[in-house]
Parts: sequence; C-alpha cells; structure tokens
Amino acid sequence: MRRRVPQLVCGLFGLLIFTLHFLTSDQAHRTYRLILDDYYQIVFAFALLVGVVSFIRVNLKAVERGKDRPYRIVSLLGLLLMPVLAMGWGIGGDSPFLWVFDNVQVPMQATVFALLAFYVASASFRGFRARSLPATVLLLSALLTLLSRSDLGGFMAEYITPVADWVRYNPSMSARRAILIGIGLGSLTTSLRVILGIERTWLGGGK
Amino acid sequence: MLLSNFVLLNTSISSWFDWSQLPVLIGTLICVLIVLYTTFYQAGRRKFKMREIAGLRAVEDAIGRATEMARPILFTPGWGGDIQRPTTIASMNILSHIAETTARYDCPLIYPTHDPVIMSVAQEVVAESYARAGHPDRFQSDNIRYVSSSQFGYAAAVDGLICRYEPSSIFLLGTFEAESLILAETGNSVGAIQIAGTDSTIQLSFFIVACDYTLIGEELFAASGYLSGDESILASVRSQDIIKVLIAFLLIAATLWATFDPDSSWWRF
Repeated sequence: MRRRVPQLVCGLFGLLIFTLHFLTSDQAHRTYRLILDDYYQIVFAFALLVGVVSFIRVNLKAVERGKDRPYRIVSLLGLLLMPVLAMGWGIGGDSPFLWVFDNVQVPMQATVFALLAFYVASASFRGFRARSLPATVLLLSALLTLLSRSDLGGFMAEYITPVADWVRYNPSMSARRAILIGIGLGSLTTSLRVILGIERTWLGGGK
Repeated sequence: MLLSNFVLLNTSISSWFDWSQLPVLIGTLICVLIVLYTTFYQAGRRKFKMREIAGLRAVEDAIGRATEMARPILFTPGWGGDIQRPTTIASMNILSHIAETTARYDCPLIYPTHDPVIMSVAQEVVAESYARAGHPDRFQSDNIRYVSSSQFGYAAAVDGLICRYEPSSIFLLGTFEAESLILAETGNSVGAIQIAGTDSTIQLSFFIVACDYTLIGEELFAASGYLSGDESILASVRSQDIIKVLIAFLLIAATLWATFDPDSSWWRF
C-alpha cells in the first residue's frame, strides 16, 4: 500500500502529462502548467521546510561538537539574517536585504565561479597529454580551438578559425549528437520504467 | 447519421489535437511499443546480457577502497536537476546500490544536494537500502543533507565537505552545470577515485578530463539494470538498441533521399 499509491499517482500523472502535451485547448495548457509548476512548487515548499530543518540540525550539532564552529555559525546566521531583513524592510531597491545580496552573496558566488579558470588550467594540464592516439587527437583539437579563439593578427581568422569551426561543427557535433540520441532514449526508457512501475528504486526499491 | 457523426468527431479532433506534434506522437508511440514489447514479452523468454561498463565495474572497487582507507564516500547529484528529471531518477538507482554496499561494509556515505525534494527522496532510498542490507541502525539521516539552492553556494558547500572529510571515492552522477569541474578538480586534489556521469554533453567533456571513470550517454540510464541484474530493466535497455537501429536506418534513408531529391521535405520533422 505504501508503495502502490505513489506508484499509481506517478503512473496516472505521467499519462496525463503525456496526453496534455498533444492538446491545443487553453484548458489543457493551463492544466499542464498547473501540474508542472504549481503542484511542484507546493511539494517544494513543504520539502524546503524539511531541508531547512535538516540544515539547522546538522549545523547546530556541529557547533555543539566544536567542529568547524566559525563556519557553521556564519551559515546559521546567514540563514536567519536574510528572511529577517526581507520581512523587516522588504526586498526593494534600497532595502538592507538587497544590499547584503549585492555586496555579500553575489561577490561570493562570483569568487567561486572565478575558481573555474584555475581548475580549467589544471585539468587541461593533466588531461591534454599525448599518451595515446586518441589523447593526441584530443590535444590537437583543443589546441586548434584555443588558437582559433585567440587573436594574432589576421592569420588565425584566415587559416585556423575555419579549420577549428569545421572540427566543431562536423566530427565534434556528430559525436555529440550520437551521445544526445543515447541520452534521449535512456531518458525515455527510464521514464517509462517509472510510469509503468518496473523501476521502483525512487520509492526505496523492493517489490 | 453515422457519416455526420463521424464528420463531427473528425472536426472536433482537428480542433483540439495539435497536428504539428503528430510526428512526435507517432515516434513516441513506436518507441513506447518497442519498450513494452521487449520489457513484457521478451523479458521472460530471453536472457539479456549487457556489455561491461568500466565506470560501473569500478563502483565496487571504489567502495572497497573507501572501506580499506576508513574514509567516507561522497555522492552528489549536481545542481542542474530536480526530481522530475530522468537523470536524477537514474542517479537514485545507482545511489540505492551504493548505499546497500556501504551499509554492508559500514562505510559512511555523504550525500549533499541543492534540492530539498531530492534530499527527501534520497533519504528514503538510502534508508531502504540500509534496511535491505540488514543494517538499518547504521543509517544516519544527517549524512543526506540539503546544503544550498544557489549554484555556487552548493559548489562551495560540496567543496568544503570534500576538503574536510577527504572522501576516498566520489560519485558525481546527475545533472551538472558550471560546478562540474569545480567539484571534480577538488575531488582530484584530495586523491579521491571519481566516477562521474551526466546528461549534459558540455559537462561530460570536463568529467572525461578530470575524473577516473565517466558514464557516457545512456550508460548512466542503463546502470540500474547493470547493477541489479533485473530482467525487466535489462529488457528495457535492450529496447534502446532496437530503437537506435531504427533511427540509424531512418537517418541513412533520409540522407539518401535528400541527396537524390534535394527538394523533398518529408524527413524534416
């Protein structure tokens, strides 16, 4: 019973969404959006509460144990501060909420994103080594693409860029499309397995 | 009377059915019929065997390594997906198998996620896996945790976990975006064996360079059948091969047709 009901709901909604996709009426489109957007938002809101409670519990336990105490306290303060600022002074143009968002959260996110530049360099250094024929082809393609995106007078634009574009739009795109077909078919069969109840792992598995 | 009813029905169908989606409907129905046929008819009659997938074969080694080194395993589904995505469901299937094995070996499993719905489902999946392994007492719900819904907040939190816990094995399986390389390189810096897989072809290239094993394309979706050996799931994976052959024939036919009759357009849908 504990598994049958969610399985039945999942199957029914799967079939309903599939059917609604092919209908033209406004009512069908509204129902489609209602299920995909509104219902999911309701589920998400309740689950977010569970997530936040879990977040507070994990961090409070760590603070008690004295493990990474400063980081945990900053996390908890951040979690409490933002809703207090939003509820107290709103989220408009001059609000403290927006000031904290623009001057604390956005720079921190940009900092983590900027790390990517260093990680691309270290991964390229490790990965692009001519150890075998496929690795050499990868190395040459990467060099070609890098060169085509740099500007050294008109030489790159005239000779290198067309070759790099050919590599991107032909062999590279062919391989990408083959992978995409596989992913599409994999998604289709996985969805069907879930809708038909063959795949029950998302319910914890078992019969 | 009958004729007028038929005309009326035909007119009403024309008004509510989106005819531009007809090729999609036909293609989907053909695929669904093939999947149903192989899953329900052939599953009991034939033995299906899947080729060796290096990334999935390495799962046992990765768990064994973590147990020997007395270090945890970290599994994360990426920032890009929610529970509605087939990739997330596919990653749950692998999580279930890994959790069952870690429960047997008493190896801690850490699962940080950006989505509270995924967290709730993952807690259920892992708890059931621990129960199936006969060790429900070893399950710690706090190890399956929500960290942040912000992309780089999530990346920073998972990076922090990797640096503090130094997991011996890291599984990056799910939908990843720009955080993929940040996580994979941090994992590499602590010497973890890394198994990755995603449905984003852009992020796949980062994983191939930075991780030890990468599940490419449908390998991620086939993992459930490969790891569990379930006949019905293996049969549904077999149906993918049949559809792929059909697509290949269609592509060849369309290419030849377009070559000899460039003005034709039946294959453009």
